[in-house]
Amino acid sequence: MSWETVIGLEVHVQLATKTKIFSGSSTAFGAAPNTQASAVDLAMPGTLPVANEQAFRYAIMFGLAIDAEIGKTSVFERKNYFYPDLPKGYQTTQLAKPIVGPGHVDIQLKDGSHKRVRIHHAHLEEDAGKSLHEDFHGMSGIDLNRAGTPLIEIVSEPDMRNAEEAVAFAKKLHSIVTSLGICDGNMSQGSMRFDVNISVRKKGDEKLGTRTETKNLNSFKFMEEAIALEVERQIDVIEDGGKILQETRLYNADTKTARSMRSKEEANDYRYFPCPDLLPVVIDDATIEQLRSTLPELPDARHKRFVEQYGLSDYDAGVLGDDATMAHYFEAATKVCGDAKLAANWIMGELSARLNGEDKTIGDSPVSAVQLGQMILRIKDNTISNKMAKEVLQGVWTGEGDPDTVIEKRGLKQVSDSGAIEALVADVLAANSAQVDNYRSADDSKRPKMIGFFVGQIMKASKGQANPQQVNEILLKKLNELI
Amino acid sequence: MTIERADIEKLAELARIRITEENIAATTRSLGNVLQLVDQLQAADTTGIAPMAHPLDAVQRLRPDVVSESDQREAFQAIAPATENGLYLVPKVIE
Repeated sequence: MSWETVIGLEVHVQLATKTKIFSGSSTAFGAAPNTQASAVDLAMPGTLPVANEQAFRYAIMFGLAIDAEIGKTSVFERKNYFYPDLPKGYQTTQLAKPIVGPGHVDIQLKDGSHKRVRIHHAHLEEDAGKSLHEDFHGMSGIDLNRAGTPLIEIVSEPDMRNAEEAVAFAKKLHSIVTSLGICDGNMSQGSMRFDVNISVRKKGDEKLGTRTETKNLNSFKFMEEAIALEVERQIDVIEDGGKILQETRLYNADTKTARSMRSKEEANDYRYFPCPDLLPVVIDDATIEQLRSTLPELPDARHKRFVEQYGLSDYDAGVLGDDATMAHYFEAATKVCGDAKLAANWIMGELSARLNGEDKTIGDSPVSAVQLGQMILRIKDNTISNKMAKEVLQGVWTGEGDPDTVIEKRGLKQVSDSGAIEALVADVLAANSAQVDNYRSADDSKRPKMIGFFVGQIMKASKGQANPQQVNEILLKKLNELI
Repeated sequence: MTIERADIEKLAELARIRITEENIAATTRSLGNVLQLVDQLQAADTTGIAPMAHPLDAVQRLRPDVVSESDQREAFQAIAPATENGLYLVPKVIE
């Protein structure tokens, strides 16, 4: 039996406003518990919400970026449920008249093909607080600093057919909101959280299967794992003659397992109704046009520009251009060294490997873009070889100073004085006459391999400091003279 | 529209309100009366009239994104039943 997977995503994006959506409390991350929870956030009697203008501007920017219609009259509603991290007993959100209407996001897959994912809508709402279930003498601890942080919830249509598409879509959204500067994109701090709706159906079936929702995934990797696990579970259940129950599931990234959180049958009837505390928000055309005219460069446009302006391959342009921070880094390094290809290679190669190794992102790279550019300049002016550059990078990474300082301190200057290299070559050839004889008598096809031996010896004699390109040239010249 | 005993029980559950056995019948009757009023309203022809989101004919004024609240945790927590390390403590909740 052949199965098809159907996936839709609900994505919560924390907006990078300074204050909450309905109060003037700070949204800064990492403050002591409840020091950023005001009377409004705590739902004290007599308080009233006042909506944050910037939250609307950010939501509209997102709408414009995905080519959506903007809700000119936008209405807040109450979604009623009880949980201690929601002091009001309802979440202020939007339902019938959201700020962002239908739009679309285009994704590129690994095989190079493109796919359009439709967005059903995106709405503004408030985040809840945090519940800490560690043992407080059999009680739970509540921190309401996050309560009231503005979110947009982006709801996709069920247009994705496998984990790769879902992850590509999630990454693209991350790229869009960080390029717009409306979200800091910090997944480990919960700035973007994904709920994945998954169902399976027999290939060729029109009707969708019963779906489950796996909630609160905060990394692309976990999303991929959770999807694979859930698809396998659903197929197993159906093939064993069972039925899929519509339920919410929680994925545990440590144990790589998921469990049912609550089934929809016993669940929530949220009794939405328009919030009487908040009047409809009307957005005028002038505001929309002003925001449209100041939209920053979006990932797709940047991707295209990187190919045209820097001559990068489609793949490289994707890696460097999709992430806003990465793109800025690449352009800053290129500006210093004037060589986009070298900058691209160093960022995607050595630097990325180091970042991955320490679980860092480009945003917290110990080597700044300017420093990387300076190092590449030293490769280009033949001060250092590629191999030495790796050592320089290591030095800058560990805080030894700028590239020039590291080169000086570690004595990494390569020898490019042709007289000195000629003397080295002559010494090595004289000391290895047997190999020179072999080279002479070998046929042309074998010779290139034999040259490696001499190069190795010469580099060793120079303690790695001879310019490899010059060594090659001078060695070949000398060997040819001997033939 | 009529309301049944089961509806009242479900609503009470959703609203976390305890209605005693002897009050269920009376509550069902009173809520039923309210719904009859709604039925009368629904008899009015509203073709072409957009649903109203708010009784006031006004729009929401927005606030600039500037921090205006300071930390008043001590004052708020002075009236909380239980706190620890700056957290509000509540009966254990695990869904």
